[in-house]
Amino acid sequence: MTGVYKGQRSNAMKVQKLLGQGVVHGLLFSISLLFLIPLWWLFVTSIKPLDQILTIPPIWWPQPPQWENYVAALTSPAFPFWRLMGNTLFYCVTSTIGTVVSSAVVAYAFARMRFTGRDLLFGITLATLLLPGVVTLIPTYVLFQRMGLVGTYAPLIIPYFFGSAFNIFLLRQFMLTIPVELSDAAYVDGAGDFLILWRIMVPLVKPALIVVAIFNFIYAWNDFLGPLLYLDDSSRYPLSIGLYAFRTRFALQWNLITAAALAITIPLIAAFFVLQRYFIEGVTLTGLKG
Amino acid sequence: MSRKTRDNLRAYLFVSPWLISLLVFTAYPMLASFYFSMTRYTIVRPPVWIGLENFRVMFTKDDLFWVAVWNTLYYTVVSVPLQMLVALFLATLLNLSTRGIGFYRTAFYLPALVPAVVTTLLWMLILDPRAGLANAALEAVGLPKLGWMYSVAWSKPSLIIIALWTGVGQPMLIFLAGLKNVPQSLLEAAIIDGTNAWQRYWRVIIPLLTPTIFFNLLITLIASFQVFTTAFVATASASGASPAGPLNSMLVYMVHLYRQGFSYFAMGYASAMAVVLFLVLVVLTLILVRSSREWVHYEGASPR
Repeated sequence: MTGVYKGQRSNAMKVQKLLGQGVVHGLLFSISLLFLIPLWWLFVTSIKPLDQILTIPPIWWPQPPQWENYVAALTSPAFPFWRLMGNTLFYCVTSTIGTVVSSAVVAYAFARMRFTGRDLLFGITLATLLLPGVVTLIPTYVLFQRMGLVGTYAPLIIPYFFGSAFNIFLLRQFMLTIPVELSDAAYVDGAGDFLILWRIMVPLVKPALIVVAIFNFIYAWNDFLGPLLYLDDSSRYPLSIGLYAFRTRFALQWNLITAAALAITIPLIAAFFVLQRYFIEGVTLTGLKG
Repeated sequence: MSRKTRDNLRAYLFVSPWLISLLVFTAYPMLASFYFSMTRYTIVRPPVWIGLENFRVMFTKDDLFWVAVWNTLYYTVVSVPLQMLVALFLATLLNLSTRGIGFYRTAFYLPALVPAVVTTLLWMLILDPRAGLANAALEAVGLPKLGWMYSVAWSKPSLIIIALWTGVGQPMLIFLAGLKNVPQSLLEAAIIDGTNAWQRYWRVIIPLLTPTIFFNLLITLIASFQVFTTAFVATASASGASPAGPLNSMLVYMVHLYRQGFSYFAMGYASAMAVVLFLVLVVLTLILVRSSREWVHYEGASPR
């Protein structure tokens, strides 16, 4: 008797659990559509002929798909794709190298070296994490203007070579988890700090360095306000401003605009799928250690 | 040279880039912002001291300043809590689900990767007032079409929709990690105490999650007050003179500041605006930090 009862109860629980999972997945699935449909729309608009874009009811797959839009958009003199891409890559690569190297060096000092004023300096570093960028915007512009650097990438890139609060913080937290014995052994062998940083720390905190590099790269790739402020010559535009300028010229050619827009988005999405592990880890670190 | 001096010198060699950065790219510009805010400054001529005149003009003469303040407040007050709630809700669902986490997590996070310019243009297309996808959906369910970015009432909600689409992924991932960190032993103890799942969520999980909620809230709030690219691109029409959206309904604080500083070269006035926003954000941060003592539970700290 009790056995039957028990069986019924666990069956009921199973049903309840299945039902619960059903509700959870139903919700997750329908909400994920709200997130994914706009991306699909970006793609499908980019292969549409002009007269199939703004229609009611909407057209989910064009007849016939017009892949030539990509040729038209990416070879348009108003959207010099490869030059824009070159500029963007230059900005991304140099700023990323700058911030990874400088932040790692500074983080090493915070994590491993004893010096007067260290805790105060680290406290200030944490405080600047919350500093709203707006309060330094104009004088920084004036500074670079006086140095005659407005119109070049220098104002966008130079600050990266002096470390960034968040990256220093993240790398320091990571370096603190490396056992001191590892570097102490090297000390005994007479290795200097630079050598220890380069030979011992860097290989051990590689995942954190990759996270910093990825997030900086994406930040620079997407940066809009920086290039908008500092670059005036269209030959120096990065992709973000290039797309914006393209849109002001071809306001109603939505198929070409979305083709160009997707062309500058796909590298990021591809990077995400290849480096997914680091993305999730990186965002997670941001929140938990913060 | 003593051992200590040598150690200090070596360490300061390591942190010197950051010290320079703090001085040149943080401390100096901050102080200079305060100085410029009390001057008339067009960048071509040296700044002229005018005391608090910029602030007087801002608060009493510049109607658009108050429009921008209102728009930014509206945007922040609606979008930040919504972003937090949706992110927490999605993370909770993901934490409950047994399969497909990878897929959904990717789906919710991908929009956060899309460049802001692309996001804005895409939503301008979707929210097209004549036959955009959003209006097609409304019509399909028998609702009237909306003017979206072309109507005073719906232009700010349009910006908020964009903020939700793009701004939920990141806090969602952080919440999810926080949820996964809830110790199983605490949950089991709560089950033995005879609590149901709902009680466990509100009495055990949410309190443990408050540090994460606090962090996400602070970051999102500061970013939201400084929203720029979305509003700028959505209202762009080359010249700074034209209204930002219908009746300037999408003129957010940073766009107004940008126009003052970089379209009209009123650098002194723009600095004054920057100082005001800075002070507001400092006060808000302090209030939030102070209030956190009441509602944020840190592990190891004794409950009040």
